[in-house]
Amino acid sequence: MSVTSQVHPEYNYKVIRQFAIMTVVWGIVGMIVGVLLAAQLYWPALNFDIPYLTFSRLRPLHTNAVIFAFGGCALFATSYYVVQRTSQVRLFSDKLASFTFWGWQLVIVLAAITLPLGITSSKEYAELEWPIDILITLVWVAYIINFFGTVVIRRVSHIYVANWFFGAFMLTVAVLHIGNSMAIPVSFTKSYSLYAGAVDAMMQWWYGHNAVGFFLTAGFLGMMYYFVPKQAGRPVYSYRLSVIHFWALVSLYIWAGPHHLHYTALPDWTQSLGMVMSVILFVPSWGGMINGIMTLSGAWHKLRTDPILRFLIVSLSFYGMSTFEGPMMAIKTVNALSHYTDWTIGHVHSGALGWVAMVSIGSIYHLIPILFNKPAMYSVKWVNIHFWLATIGVVLYIVAMWMSGVLQGLMWRAVNADGTLTYSFVESLEASKPFYFVRFIGGVFVVAGMLLMAWNVYKTVRTPSEEFKDETQAQPQPQAA
Amino acid sequence: MSSFWSIWVSVISLGTILGCYLLLRWCLLNKTGIEEGDDMHHSFDGIIEINNPLPRWWTIMFYMVLIWGILYLVLYPGLGNWAGLLGWKSSNQNIQSLQESRDAILISQQEAKESLFGVGVQYDRELEFAEERFAPIFNKYAEQPITTLVNDEEALKIGQRLFMQNCSQCHGSDARGQRGFPNLTDNDWLYGGSPEKITETLVLGRTGNMPGWIDAFGEQGIDEIVAYALSLSGRQVNQSLKDAGEARYAVCAACHGADGKGNQLIGAPNLTDNIWLYGGTQDAVTETLTHGRMGVMPSFKDTLGEKKIHLVATYVYSLSQDK
Repeated sequence: MSVTSQVHPEYNYKVIRQFAIMTVVWGIVGMIVGVLLAAQLYWPALNFDIPYLTFSRLRPLHTNAVIFAFGGCALFATSYYVVQRTSQVRLFSDKLASFTFWGWQLVIVLAAITLPLGITSSKEYAELEWPIDILITLVWVAYIINFFGTVVIRRVSHIYVANWFFGAFMLTVAVLHIGNSMAIPVSFTKSYSLYAGAVDAMMQWWYGHNAVGFFLTAGFLGMMYYFVPKQAGRPVYSYRLSVIHFWALVSLYIWAGPHHLHYTALPDWTQSLGMVMSVILFVPSWGGMINGIMTLSGAWHKLRTDPILRFLIVSLSFYGMSTFEGPMMAIKTVNALSHYTDWTIGHVHSGALGWVAMVSIGSIYHLIPILFNKPAMYSVKWVNIHFWLATIGVVLYIVAMWMSGVLQGLMWRAVNADGTLTYSFVESLEASKPFYFVRFIGGVFVVAGMLLMAWNVYKTVRTPSEEFKDETQAQPQPQAA
Repeated sequence: MSSFWSIWVSVISLGTILGCYLLLRWCLLNKTGIEEGDDMHHSFDGIIEINNPLPRWWTIMFYMVLIWGILYLVLYPGLGNWAGLLGWKSSNQNIQSLQESRDAILISQQEAKESLFGVGVQYDRELEFAEERFAPIFNKYAEQPITTLVNDEEALKIGQRLFMQNCSQCHGSDARGQRGFPNLTDNDWLYGGSPEKITETLVLGRTGNMPGWIDAFGEQGIDEIVAYALSLSGRQVNQSLKDAGEARYAVCAACHGADGKGNQLIGAPNLTDNIWLYGGTQDAVTETLTHGRMGVMPSFKDTLGEKKIHLVATYVYSLSQDK
């Protein structure tokens, strides 16, 4: 552990600062919309009969904001940081970096305008209409050129494992986005998919599940492979586990889409293949979790004092849990119960809030002092409070959705002695209602934590280094040199 | 699918699984040239990596899922055109008509009985199971007339459950309907409320068609007819408009009758009872007359079958019987 933070004139930190700050801003926006949606499910009057505030229009705004605005900014920030630090070289092009920042913000703003207006391609997680899709493609290609350009001009002989994951994430997301978004425009704001029927559904979920697999998993694993060993100050547990984790994960994930379409018009063979590959995927996923958590061996005591490390390690626990749950839900027999229920929503949020958000938050807490040349975060106590707010919030959320989901699944399939369904749909909704309230409370916890984070980040950036509180002296210093 | 695509799918699927196996072997054999437990001799921004072996329990788990994956693909469809040893299918695919579907179900049910494993087409097997278990119950009720069944609590309960699952989406959980979908509890019937007529409506479905009259009468003419139509149920209207409307009413009388009491043979609503399918405000009635209305009650003959319809009809009939 050497000098805590210093200005690195040879690295481009400006774009990372921009993306890091916007990660926090978009995180708050996206999650507040999420909490409003959770509240609408409990108090339907909360759409105020305003079309722009209806569940149908805000839901894609929420998913786009948390995945692509919050998650996207976190990925841009960390990948630009990690590729420079582990390649020991400045970004390939500052201009392209700046273009990706402003281009990506423009995409987000356009999404925030068009989705409430009801302008949508109606493809889940790919709702944005064709002009925005083209803008995304341009930004993404600039991102790829900049990232791989930096890898090419690196000053070290090997490419670090974090960059394998970041690279795979970028290339695959480009292929997925272009493949799934192919459409025929009929006007500036409306287009129709190039695909029809079951083929369209398959394309959509090939994209949709790999938005999870590559955007929300591979990219964030890149983050994990840098920030966990860095924050723990320990070597990565097993190089060979990294190798098998990476190659098995990227080759298996791309098959998993059909498990979203079990018991539909999709041909049987496609469903079976998707299920088999999803189940096999469980093992390499856990390889990554083991590799991350075992990196802590010899440093477990740090978890007692370092809430940032706690964020990172708990995120890995949620990663392990979600990657066990996912393959299980991909098994057709389980899927027959879980499909279309709140269980799926719970599963997504155990991944999104537990894994993706927590690993991002930990990484951003690690980055902010370094980027703004401060000795540490302004208040480590607040980081600790944020950790508990986030953890309690996620647990409330996913436990509520598990219970609600399993209850729905069981009620939907219950039959009377005469073969008629025991419950009508509205009865299952009624049974879910208390859990919707618990979910709302869980969401409030998560947002409260994010607001605290924003205040902490603001104070860290604005407070001069010499005025930092005494508590910073005792706190663990991130290794940054 | 053509044999080219079948082979393509099989090769890349098995290739991916085999690739995972080879990757696992390579990692287990430690071909890195670095001793186990040593570091990899390169450092990235201060991060080093240890060459630790793969956890044993995890390796065993990997072997197990790979073997399971291959076994599953041998037993079930997955590798292109390979149908799987069990002969399992989710449903009969590429079916073009209801008749084809029924024929295919019979054939597959027979084949499943004769085959070694007896897995067959899952949907058809479930139908067979449901038929064996539930058909006797419905057969028992099918023999009794609705006027008798209406006093049978159990029959009414079954009818209500079927109504909840199949009818409540439009007619509401309480059967009191909503705009465009008739209230079934008020004893006001578009096509008749006898057990026979209710059954007929359920079996064959109904199409109610009110034409739009704006082209024929113009806005002034519509206003006049609206005034007259509203007056039929005792509403206060402008006298001169009403008189002008009455003169034009002859064309409406063709369906709604000279006295405005409607005609159940063609589903023309009674205009004198102040019950309005599409709303009774002046604006709503004006819109009805201007643009017309198109109401569709689907046929449930193929989805529910006549025996279940018998119980739904019993339930619907019971709703307007004073007890």
